[in-house]
Amino acid sequence: MTYIKKPIFRHPSLPTNEIGLTYRDYEGVVSTLCAGCGHDSITASIIDACYELSLPAHKIAKLSGIGCSSKTPNYFLNNAHGFNSVHGRMPSVATGANLANRDLVYIGVSGDGDTASIGLGQYCHAIRRQLNLTYICENNGTYGLTKGQFSATNDKESKNKKGLDNPFGAIDLAIMAIELGAGFVARSFSGDKEQLVPLLKSALQYNGFSFIDVISPCVTFNNHGYSTKSYDYIREHRSLFGELDFIPEEETINTSYAEGETVTIKLHNGNDISFKKLGADHDPTDPHKVLNTLRNNRSDGKVTTGLLYVDPDKSDLHDTLNTSSKPLNSLSMNDLCPGGEELEEINNQFR
Amino acid sequence: MMKPTDTKNPNYYHKVVDCQWACPAHTPVPEYIRLIAQRKYTEAYMINWESNVFPGVLGRTCDRPCEPACRRVRVEEEPVAICRLKRAAADNKSDVSSLLPEIPSKKNGKKIALIGGGPASLTVARDLMPLGYDCTVYEKDPKAGGLMRTNIPSFRLPVGVIDEEVDRILDFGVVRKFNEEVKSLKSIIEQDYDAIFIGTGAPKGKDLDIPGREEASSNIHVGIDWLTSVAFKHVDKIGKKVVVIGGGNTAMDCCRTSLRLGGKDVKVTVRSPKADMKASDWEIEEAELEGIPIFDNHSPKEFVHENGKLKGVLFEKMEAKYKDGNRKLIPTGETIFFECDDVLLAIGQENAFPWIERDIGIEFNQWNQPEVNKVTFQSTLPRVFFGGDAAWGPENIIWAVAHGHQAAISIDHFCNNKDLEDRPSPLTNLVSQKMGIHEWSYPNDISNSDRFAVPHAEKELSLTDLNMEVELGYDEKLAFEEAQRCLNCDIQTVFSESLCIECDACVDICPIDCINFTQNDTEENLRKKLTVPALNLSQDILVSDNLKTGRVMVKDEDMCLHCGLCAERCPTGAWDMQKFTYIEAHADKSSIFEYVE
Repeated sequence: MTYIKKPIFRHPSLPTNEIGLTYRDYEGVVSTLCAGCGHDSITASIIDACYELSLPAHKIAKLSGIGCSSKTPNYFLNNAHGFNSVHGRMPSVATGANLANRDLVYIGVSGDGDTASIGLGQYCHAIRRQLNLTYICENNGTYGLTKGQFSATNDKESKNKKGLDNPFGAIDLAIMAIELGAGFVARSFSGDKEQLVPLLKSALQYNGFSFIDVISPCVTFNNHGYSTKSYDYIREHRSLFGELDFIPEEETINTSYAEGETVTIKLHNGNDISFKKLGADHDPTDPHKVLNTLRNNRSDGKVTTGLLYVDPDKSDLHDTLNTSSKPLNSLSMNDLCPGGEELEEINNQFR
Repeated sequence: MMKPTDTKNPNYYHKVVDCQWACPAHTPVPEYIRLIAQRKYTEAYMINWESNVFPGVLGRTCDRPCEPACRRVRVEEEPVAICRLKRAAADNKSDVSSLLPEIPSKKNGKKIALIGGGPASLTVARDLMPLGYDCTVYEKDPKAGGLMRTNIPSFRLPVGVIDEEVDRILDFGVVRKFNEEVKSLKSIIEQDYDAIFIGTGAPKGKDLDIPGREEASSNIHVGIDWLTSVAFKHVDKIGKKVVVIGGGNTAMDCCRTSLRLGGKDVKVTVRSPKADMKASDWEIEEAELEGIPIFDNHSPKEFVHENGKLKGVLFEKMEAKYKDGNRKLIPTGETIFFECDDVLLAIGQENAFPWIERDIGIEFNQWNQPEVNKVTFQSTLPRVFFGGDAAWGPENIIWAVAHGHQAAISIDHFCNNKDLEDRPSPLTNLVSQKMGIHEWSYPNDISNSDRFAVPHAEKELSLTDLNMEVELGYDEKLAFEEAQRCLNCDIQTVFSESLCIECDACVDICPIDCINFTQNDTEENLRKKLTVPALNLSQDILVSDNLKTGRVMVKDEDMCLHCGLCAERCPTGAWDMQKFTYIEAHADKSSIFEYVE
């Protein structure tokens, strides 16, 4: 663990974003995770994404459960709202927070234990509810905090550090998310920021439930020769599902891709994402094809990463429930107490 | 495609230690700063002494080429107060006599004449005495020290400090021929010296040949001669109104000395704009703090006198015009008259060799300067060597010391029939500083403080006493605080590509974004495509061999804080913080480093 604070000195030529901040203004405290943990790269990618989107930190809420992954919200966005909840219960807390204040950007950080075991029910229902949340699963296939037991996302063929076999098959959280009707589903790798940062930017701008499964090697317990979630294994077995670029509303689309290869998808808030197809079967808007590709790749021993599925037209929980268009804390007394006449009218309905 | 950086070349890491690289004597600055923080003042002093021979003097007067080079200037505004920390080591040290090199009682039979008793000659003596040479110093003044004694006023450099550091060398057994001005080099050559070193400095102050100069000469003084007279107490007063002409450090010393010898209305005039003045910023600042006005763009036209009695100086106002980077001073026609009782001329100085016969084999060039080899300091007469200001004109003390060290190596080779061009290599070493998982044997948690000001004596008191030192120096607490500002640039970030798993941990933690993993390219392209482009071409980039993914690691050395976080966050030890020691080769090979380490 690093004991010193990160020096405040920064490169004098560091660029600033639209609101005059450098990426360093989006940092948190120095990580206490193991040196080389993939989670720290995800943290850095979240910082980059929020910086590049020029999001003001005080309009962001970061939530997490329990585990190595769930410690990380302390390492980014020091000036954002935060809630470190009970194990596996991040989606419930996020639901409550989101219903109370729909104006914030919600980032949920969870791990494979927090999501695929103790919080699996919470995960499913958050998707079912179409909660407007960017749900990031920092997936390393192991319980690092309790010394390296297999987690529910660890592949059957992936032995532990001491060479013991894994008796159970893996839960594929991305396939599950598509099946359950999530509007934005992606998978990425902590070691590839060029892919991860645009995915995060698109997910943060997506109105509805967005899920990113990020393979994040555990350098201490799951980065060995027979692990399927090690840096080397992922680099060797990665299959890229398209190439994503996030295009802010102000910028015109200017891609060098050949015509017909690139799909532009318009998000609710006016931003575009451009998706470059790398294979004939790459169509992120057709869930059946996507699920097929994912299953085929998987049986070929490949790990599919990229934007897997997106439905730009899904409604979110607030639309479904027809809730107040304003955050609850901004409702005035008049909004909350419509007065005697209104009450009388309501009562009359039951007479 | 860039080849992997050759870090085995001693110059690669040496260049990263900007202060040491910039120091003519290559003083290991970060090493002594850390020792000061540990209150090991004696060791800090001795490391300095080994490199620059006069730490007490230089800690007060050095031109500090190290400070503009200090990396701190690139990440914030002010450099570490390297010079004043050196003084703190000198002020707080204890007895060093047991740490000095041993002087053999049995001499090696070689005799060396050192002409001029300034820093260059004394450095030669310092390096040759421990080897058994028999050194004789010829000095025209009653005491050795050269310009350190004669040109730097005692309110900046107390006599006691000079005496201590000059006597330390003389007490090695140097033969003193003081009050002996050498009037003929031939007469020295005719004696049985094996080698002769000329370190006579640049003792000739430039004169100003304008109307009235001769008539009013009793009140017009050449600055450096006047300062010498003050130093040897031949002069103890000056008129009430004084005009100092010149914009260098000598002008600053002249005006401040005048204030202490009875000057009430002291002015400095310079021909050029103030921004182009030659004096160090801090010397100008000190003069202005004492209330001395500086009139720039003033070109002297005439010394006005009445029957030889000086009345004042007539100036013409100039205007600076810049074209294509060249400056031209254009007279405006406007004249200004400054009334005064005395004028001090500080418009430059030069070396002069009327005492060297032109028929003894020493060649002089068209500017009447001796031909001196830039590496060996040897003249065209093999037995005769030059160094300090005598070699190529006015520089400063630290350059004189650097010359002295090099000349001593040459003289030693010469006396032993060794090739003079075959220079000894520096001693270098690279050692890991890892003490525990995240512990280093150097303070990597650097201070964010601004530079600490050096306390000054009360102006009312110091202005009335020529010998009262104006700067009081850092006390222990301030010295510690200032030392914590040092970025420890000698603790190198050493990268081993075979260990790297490309996890990005170092990229993510680096506070200054100097670490990148990218496809190899030409240096020009690589520099451009880094996270923050490496546009400072005076600073190298560290390029690794190919990594597993086919990329290379590229680190821009420019802004690196040497905080060690890359190494702390590296899971495999591919990054390590290693102390780079660089000890300049000297004729005397005994080193204090063995004692310090």
